[in-house]
Amino acid sequence: MMKFVCLGYIDEAKWDEMSENEQSAFINECFTYDDELRRGSHFLGGQGLQSSQNAVTLRWQGEQAMVVDGPFSETKEQLGGILFLEARDLNHAITLMSKHPMVRGGAFEIRPADEKINAMIEERSSQSFSS
Amino acid sequence: MSKSSAAQVRHKVDELYRIESRRVFATLIRLLGDFDLAEEAMHEAFTAAVEQWQCDGIPRNPRAWLVSTGRFKAIDSVRRRSRFDASLEELARRLEEIADDKAEKANQEVEDDRLRLIFTCCHPSLSPELQVALTLREVCGLKTEEIASAFLITPPTLAQRIVRAKAKIRDAGIPYEVPSLAELPTRLDAVLSVIYLVFNEGYSASSGESLIRIDLSEEAIRLGRLLLDLLPDSEVMGLLALMLLQESRRDARATSDGDVILLEDQDRSLWNRQQISEGTTLVNRSVASRDYGIYTIQAAIASVHANSRTAAETDWAQIVSWYDLLLQAEPSSIVELNRAVAVAMQEGPLVGLELVESILERGDLVEYHLAHATRADLCRRLGRTEDAKKSYESALSFARQEPERRFLEKRLIELG
Repeated sequence: MMKFVCLGYIDEAKWDEMSENEQSAFINECFTYDDELRRGSHFLGGQGLQSSQNAVTLRWQGEQAMVVDGPFSETKEQLGGILFLEARDLNHAITLMSKHPMVRGGAFEIRPADEKINAMIEERSSQSFSS
Repeated sequence: MSKSSAAQVRHKVDELYRIESRRVFATLIRLLGDFDLAEEAMHEAFTAAVEQWQCDGIPRNPRAWLVSTGRFKAIDSVRRRSRFDASLEELARRLEEIADDKAEKANQEVEDDRLRLIFTCCHPSLSPELQVALTLREVCGLKTEEIASAFLITPPTLAQRIVRAKAKIRDAGIPYEVPSLAELPTRLDAVLSVIYLVFNEGYSASSGESLIRIDLSEEAIRLGRLLLDLLPDSEVMGLLALMLLQESRRDARATSDGDVILLEDQDRSLWNRQQISEGTTLVNRSVASRDYGIYTIQAAIASVHANSRTAAETDWAQIVSWYDLLLQAEPSSIVELNRAVAVAMQEGPLVGLELVESILERGDLVEYHLAHATRADLCRRLGRTEDAKKSYESALSFARQEPERRFLEKRLIELG
């Protein structure tokens, strides 16, 4: 099994135009499909994201990290949510996610997790817990 | 097994390499799960064959021998390397667990491996250029230098692309499999378009400048045949038919100086009858299936031309109705333009001209030289010389290929 990180992009302007009912209907639809993924043990977790207007970006400038307003405001689609998925291979991941309502919101990126780095993170976490 | 002379063995191994090496390679990828390891193992197996068959004789099933030897060579090589890299230990164990009989599975399975290889190389998550490079290299067995020269890029650039593609297949978890029936139509599209891209590269370049270019059209037809053998689908039939019918006109399409000869002016006795009859049979079979798409429709149009004894005897009404279908299946301004040409032949240049002008007025194809050339030709036939000249000039300003430019310049001079 492989781990994939799924990045769902949305057009925030369009999202804001939707009525509250429409928004909650959409979110409910997404949650229903998440349950489907949970039943197959494919759903590893996820995070919804606030508007990109609330984002800050750190950039290394000169010799220090500078806080700047997100550089992404000119692009139409913003990252709206992240989902962690477990699947056999890329085709399996595509099959699972192409039925997810989130795909209808905008561009949708599926990326294999970097197992090497994640193993290092894992090791680090267990160390901090034991100390 | 009987003793064989060194020369006999050499000859047999050379022959096997030509015919079987891609099959052996495809199966080794399935067993080993790694393109590079499989390629290395395949070459080692062929090298071992030359030595061992001289002593032991040629085995009854050489392909199974090569696959099984390749697998053992791979295990050896992974074992050797695992001394330095512990992470390979697991892979070596897994390889040894694969029972030997798996390597000797029936023919059907071997053919499935080739189909898996084609679909893996044409996975939609790879960019089209990666798909083409990988397919030509891994499925057709072309050398990196050959592909690079055909696409006018440097071998290191191409080698980089291939490395990147293989890394993506491995790291992104692109599976080595034939897609399920439900996914097949969309995935087959990618495979067909890669083959057609390869074909067109050879087709449009043949008027060409570059002599080092290998014959990509023939390679594409070979791929089409292989795919049809493996997957008797109506669109595969349609694509093969389309390529054969276009290829049948190769010798008539240009003068020895490389000047373009229009379809209506071509010497039809130069058309390849055998390719036409094979292509026509395939189109008819695909149309009869009643489940076909854009390749079959384009092949049907090509077959109407191919089977007309003279340009004047062409059944334009039938061609127009195929274009109507094509427009439904895949609406595009280029298809509209081609349909306009057919309509002009059927109903006269004035009707055709109106259609062409409406496309241009919409703002479509205004930078496409053939749209202006078509308008020019229709104006010329209507005796509107000045309009014709203007359009030929516009066409010239957008034409990039030398033979096409010469053709347009000739037409301009003829108008005086």
